[in-house]
Amino acid sequence: MGKRPLSPHLQIYRPQITSVMSTLHRLTGILLALGALQLALWIVAAAQGPEAFATIQAFNDSWLGRALLCGWTAALFYHLANGVRHLLWDVGFGFAPAQVATSGWITLAVAAALTLLTWLVGTGILDAGRIGASL
Amino acid sequence: MTMRTPLHQARGLGSAKEGVGHWWAQRVTAIALVPLTLWFVASLLCLIGADHATVLAWIGSPVPAVLLILFLTISFYHAQLGLQVVFEDYLHHKGGKLAAILVVKFACLLLGVATVFSVLKIAFQG
Repeated sequence: MGKRPLSPHLQIYRPQITSVMSTLHRLTGILLALGALQLALWIVAAAQGPEAFATIQAFNDSWLGRALLCGWTAALFYHLANGVRHLLWDVGFGFAPAQVATSGWITLAVAAALTLLTWLVGTGILDAGRIGASL
Repeated sequence: MTMRTPLHQARGLGSAKEGVGHWWAQRVTAIALVPLTLWFVASLLCLIGADHATVLAWIGSPVPAVLLILFLTISFYHAQLGLQVVFEDYLHHKGGKLAAILVVKFACLLLGVATVFSVLKIAFQG
């Protein structure tokens, strides 16, 4: 490598919604891969038997387990909404600078709304039974 | 001086008629995961507070079992594809990069097989 000049790297630039959201997409992707471990444990424990299932449920019910689940849902909905944004780019929609910023804010709003809705239902503040009856 | 043709040396190092394979697989799995993920989160919300028997009954019934298997296999495949790109971009030591990619591939395969086996066991055995 030596002393040859390098092109400016990330720390040179002012954070913008485009770059921050791009970074967040990767970060949430990595986090979700870790969250998949908790999901895998839950399903394997369910198949294993009542004792194993009680253990994992106790963890999911603990403050750490709940905090993780809240974090996974936020990461999940961000990655999902921004993933749809990426898919729309892939087919050629919304590439103009103004559109990219607008779709960014819409993505953040959708992700926040879905996360909040999930937390409200998950904590029992919203009635899950009525929503469940229609599924 | 090498006796290998330029094409042979390039194979496996990038696009040799398979350049978009990884990219395409990532998009296809992403599209499939949109409805599956929404379904899964909604289902989990309905299962809050459920006891073991209720969870087993849900996992083992035909529609959830099939959708769960799809959700799990596609999720772990998608995770492997994504983490591979992260390692390719940020790990600069060639051996370390290969090792990390292989570890993630095997871990995702293990988790995928373990969870699918669990769903099948519950579906067929209770």
